[in-house]
Amino acid sequence: MDYQFQWRPVLRSLPEMLWGALQTIEIAGLAMLLGTILAIFLALAKRSGKTYLSLPADMWIETARNTPALFQIYMLFFGLGSLGLQVGSYAALLLGITFNNAGYLAETFRGGFAAVPETQTRAARSLGMGAVQTQWHIVIPQMLRAVFHAMTNQMVWSVLMSSLGVIVGLTTDLTGVTQELNVVTYRTFEYFFVAACLYYLISKAFTLSARVVAWRLFRY
Amino acid sequence: MYFGGSFSWGDFLFLLSGAVTTLSITLLAVVIGTVLGVLFGLVRASAPGWIGNSLGAVLDVFRSVPLLIQLVLFNSFNSMLKLNWPTFTVGCICLGIYASAFCTEIVRSGVDAVPQTTRRAARSLGLSWRQELTSITLPIATRVVFPSWIGLTLGVMKDTALVLWIGIVELLRSSQIVTSRVQEPLLILGITGLIYFVMSFPIARLGNQLEKKWGTQ
Repeated sequence: MDYQFQWRPVLRSLPEMLWGALQTIEIAGLAMLLGTILAIFLALAKRSGKTYLSLPADMWIETARNTPALFQIYMLFFGLGSLGLQVGSYAALLLGITFNNAGYLAETFRGGFAAVPETQTRAARSLGMGAVQTQWHIVIPQMLRAVFHAMTNQMVWSVLMSSLGVIVGLTTDLTGVTQELNVVTYRTFEYFFVAACLYYLISKAFTLSARVVAWRLFRY
Repeated sequence: MYFGGSFSWGDFLFLLSGAVTTLSITLLAVVIGTVLGVLFGLVRASAPGWIGNSLGAVLDVFRSVPLLIQLVLFNSFNSMLKLNWPTFTVGCICLGIYASAFCTEIVRSGVDAVPQTTRRAARSLGLSWRQELTSITLPIATRVVFPSWIGLTLGVMKDTALVLWIGIVELLRSSQIVTSRVQEPLLILGITGLIYFVMSFPIARLGNQLEKKWGTQ
């Protein structure tokens, strides 16, 4: 192999890449947060047994789960654009991952809701709580406890999917910054190797902090 | 001169040829991933702790780094080492290794799901280690993890969309090519999505049904 590694330019642009990493964390975290909120509603809609609620929820979930995440981002970026709704690459990426996260999480939450005994709801209602209060204070916390491990996996997925922004022209997240630098310097291997290391660290950081959060929130 | 046009039958056939590329990459990647995954999974489940754990840690890297980055790295490896493999091969191998990282954990969980007592009983009946593995553990484990394996296959199929980044014209890329001529992104993306859905949904349903049917026993 007569390839000359050149790490110096990579080290010089490390601060830029770290800013990109921060952007990646922001996108992945936001998409996860929004996705979780949407997924709770989707799961509840699917459980409601009313067709006008469960049918749209079903369509959302099945589309999210049966098409590539990149396709969903394209749909927002190019598809909505053709309707005259110009969506930037950041928004398309964020909304696309949120859509995907919500679909996958909704399916997880459905299982989680099924794991909370019906008696809990009845007990809460007979103590005088309203339907919303019961969900918020009794059912949802227990449901989240049941699905927390699956949520951690989805969190990592969220990080991995956030790399797709570069394909619709995002230049500010970790992959985007790396690609920009790559285009200028052509040190593809070096830059993407460092990006891979940073992604690994981000994934691990999310997994680890999720464990800490789980320990703090869900201990009896 | 008018170069544009409406969506024609030829465009649809072009999309379908993209879908065929998607399916062939999926097939090859899943074959590579399953063969490696079964091998690594057995090592993970039965080799001494430190070997299994270090293999697990290495494979974990493939699950924690975006596939896009892996593809770019693998592609640049290809040119650095002057292997001159076609991008199709690069895509298949990269996806295959990626799939093997997931398949390893699936196989391991399957082997772990076989009760120790069953395995010991088989050995006490005089089966050798290999016989016990091939006629007791693997059949039971296969049944347990088959639904997850279907899930993995579908996941790989959806991840093949990313190989467009290294220049392979698969379904999603061919939809873009058609769009650049027909200029109706929503329609063509809609059709593309439908093709993906048709390829994925029935198999996903089958997986769910098998999971329900086998899970209750």
